[in-house]
Amino acid sequence: MASVLLATILAIFTTMALALWRAIRGPSVFDTIVGVNVFGTKTVLLIALIAYFSGNNDLVDVALVYALINFLAVIAVLKLVRQRDLAASREPADD
Amino acid sequence: MIETLIGIISAAMLLTGGAFAVIGGIGVVRFPDVYTRLHAGGVTDTIAPLLIVGGLVLLSGWHLLSFKLLLILLFLLFTTPTASHATARAAMAAGIKPVTKDGHRRSGAPSSNT
Repeated sequence: MASVLLATILAIFTTMALALWRAIRGPSVFDTIVGVNVFGTKTVLLIALIAYFSGNNDLVDVALVYALINFLAVIAVLKLVRQRDLAASREPADD
Repeated sequence: MIETLIGIISAAMLLTGGAFAVIGGIGVVRFPDVYTRLHAGGVTDTIAPLLIVGGLVLLSGWHLLSFKLLLILLFLLFTTPTASHATARAAMAAGIKPVTKDGHRRSGAPSSNT
């Protein structure tokens, strides 16, 4: 079972490298956000897999917190890109 | 007997989830457009946690760890499609046109329901 976990961890690492490539190369800011979103989700899975692979069960709590932080980060960055202000409460005027 | 069966099912789910994750990563790198990349990334971001966390839950059995993992799965299943939808909507509102079948960016009035 350890070899299966190791193979899955390596697959997740490959996906994270590909998503990071897209986040760095992305022509628009939304490509970067897509890459960062995929990277964050795969980070949660990686932490959960490492918790099982190393036998350190406390890491599952870290994965749980990271899942929440990742979603909030993506939404906050999207609002910042769209409205250029995190405290704005309405759509900006088109320029 | 039953432990062996559960182990086999869990290993199959973990490996399938890893394969889906890699396929989604390749799609995110190689597709030509924000929306197609979002399709590859968003869909595999939903199915890969389902398979991998499900395999880990089967691996741990009746345990507090299973409950925490199911909580992670619940959050991911709610938040990943929401983030994908928000990204697509923000890209549409920013005026990025989807590429069409013949490789040209579509011209004309933007869709009204964004």
